Amino acid sequence: MALTLMKGSEAIAEAAIRAGARFFFGYPITPQTEIPEYMSERMPEVGGCFLQAESEVAAINMVYGAAGTGARVITSSSSPGVSLKQEGISYCAGAQLPCVILNVMRGGPGLGNIQASQGDYFQGVKGGGNGDYHLLTYAPSSVQEAIDIMMFAFDKAEKYRMPVLFLADGIIAQMMEPVEMPEMVDFKVDPEKKPWACTGWKPGDDPAKRGVINSIYIDTESLSEHNAVLQAIYAEAKKNEQMWECYKTEDAEIVVTAFGTVARIAKTVVDEMRAEGYKVGLFRPITVWPFPYDALAETCCAAHVKGILDVEVNEGQMLEDVKLAINGSKNVEFFGHLGSQFPTTAEIKSKILEMKEAK
Amino acid sequence: MSVVFERTKLLTDKQFHYCPGCNHGIIHRLVAESIDELIQEGKLEEGNVLGVAPVGCSVFAYDYFNMDMYEAAHGRAPAVATGAKRAKPDTLVFTYQGDGDLASIGTAEIVHAAHRGEKIVTIFVNNAIYGMTGGQMAPTTLVGQKTTTSPHGRDEAWCGAPIKMSEMLSEVPGSYYIERCAVNNNANILKTKKAIKKAFQYQLDGKGFCMIEVLSTCPTNWGLSPVEAMKWLEENMIPYYPLGVKKDKGAE
Ligand SMILES: Cc1ncc(C[n+]2csc(CCOP(=O)(O)OP(=O)(O)O)c2C)c(N)n1
Ligand code: SF4
Ligand SMILES: [Mg+2]
Repeated sequence: MALTLMKGSEAIAEAAIRAGARFFFGYPITPQTEIPEYMSERMPEVGGCFLQAESEVAAINMVYGAAGTGARVITSSSSPGVSLKQEGISYCAGAQLPCVILNVMRGGPGLGNIQASQGDYFQGVKGGGNGDYHLLTYAPSSVQEAIDIMMFAFDKAEKYRMPVLFLADGIIAQMMEPVEMPEMVDFKVDPEKKPWACTGWKPGDDPAKRGVINSIYIDTESLSEHNAVLQAIYAEAKKNEQMWECYKTEDAEIVVTAFGTVARIAKTVVDEMRAEGYKVGLFRPITVWPFPYDALAETCCAAHVKGILDVEVNEGQMLEDVKLAINGSKNVEFFGHLGSQFPTTAEIKSKILEMKEAK
Repeated sequence: MSVVFERTKLLTDKQFHYCPGCNHGIIHRLVAESIDELIQEGKLEEGNVLGVAPVGCSVFAYDYFNMDMYEAAHGRAPAVATGAKRAKPDTLVFTYQGDGDLASIGTAEIVHAAHRGEKIVTIFVNNAIYGMTGGQMAPTTLVGQKTTTSPHGRDEAWCGAPIKMSEMLSEVPGSYYIERCAVNNNANILKTKKAIKKAFQYQLDGKGFCMIEVLSTCPTNWGLSPVEAMKWLEENMIPYYPLGVKKDKGAE
């Protein structure tokens, strides 16, 4: 198939449409405004709906409303806007509504800046909204990977009846890359496959199929039963959905861990240092929830691994999961920047050399 | 013997949890009956209706309305209804919201649903108090009215005068039909039902945002008997919140 040069945000938006998304609700915020802009032009062409909401709070609740009918629905925002969505995300998780949420991360806290960042790892992976819930969370490291994940994201959301989060950084949304865009999927709401959805129940129909999109379980027993259902789903997702990439780790003495765009920079470091004779490898989680703890532990428990360097554009958030996976068995170091500067290959390289000398 | 009256099929047989003398139950019935009549009259296909419950005493409305239902986050029902209506434009969509829900935490959502001319109906139950959480002050609480967070009576200098949502939303260009009603006597109950049905008919005709505000009692948190509460509503609420049509683009 032919490659086309596309801007990340537009490619991701187009992929969502190809994957069957026909409803987009959002609110402008840099560095992802090109997504709603693209959707406003493209959705009407495919018979879909683009609606600019009055706020991110409203946008995620519109998602809740449309997703409850069984439709494929997507919203996008950037960090401060995603903070506003947290209430609705928790409700979507509680009501078991499949949907896709994009966070094109920028610097924080507060208004922070408009440059790319990875500061919302905790928010995306460890909670964000209230209650015991998780989102199936992908951290693509290229535009093509974001497209490829988008093509199955709705299937996963529907399979597990849980929201999917894309934790992307501003660089992926802003850069142009040659991509292969998949064919349009033929998606229609099938009430048989979604007996929980509001698809036009009437008195006399099977009472079990009445659409009740809801997250309140007022007595302790029913709430704990409901949470047990959610936890069972999360356990299944943990078993089936972990994705990661091991790059030249077979004999690595230093394993770099990184996600998103940072992992791409780290990959270049691996190649450059390998050319100079250093045994360096990269472990890149693609799903950050579920986090591939076992795969990382297995990669790093090998005797040839002397140390792990976690690199992020934050103060060390994924670092906590890396340390959980390693469980004290190896030395884990961190290199990161605050305020949205992405690490250079030279910086990562000198940190690795420092670690090698310290031994 | 022939059946002369039955409960509408659009209410489940689940017993209401509302306190004695609370108006929520009456209003539920008027909503369900109006929709049922539109179905009987062949104007609405059976099954083509869904409702959005709020957070407030009517949070369990999804258990009572016998149709597809949502339970929305506090104040967000108009946004949820927007998403549902955009996804199913042929479905009759309504929200059912209290005054804390609609006039406080959810003002942005209701104003913008009206502003977009969203083709939904909102049933706004104004009882001048936060019923569910045990009687705190609402934006609609009357000046001087005692609540658990205005123990000496609402002080206008400190927290403003009660907000009049119907009048306010009438000023929004996108709203189509707004009427304030009460269910304090038979005549007003019939008027309320007529207003609700008219709003639904407007939606079926593809018109814009409609809201029926219904003044309602909360005997429990007002600290009054059901009869005293109705009297209090008539003597205090109706004078401040005048009943009647605030806007009707269909009648212009
Ligand atoms: C985000 C959020 N804030 C606060 C609450 C607590 N809360 C539940 S109901 C309610 C007030 C409801 O009052 P109203 O809308 O007037 O409904 P009523 O009970 O009077 O019918 C509040 C503050 C909540 N559930 N969610
Ligand atoms: S607390 Fe008030 S509003 Fe709530 S059910 Fe009781 S009387 Fe009705
Ligand atoms: Mg109230």
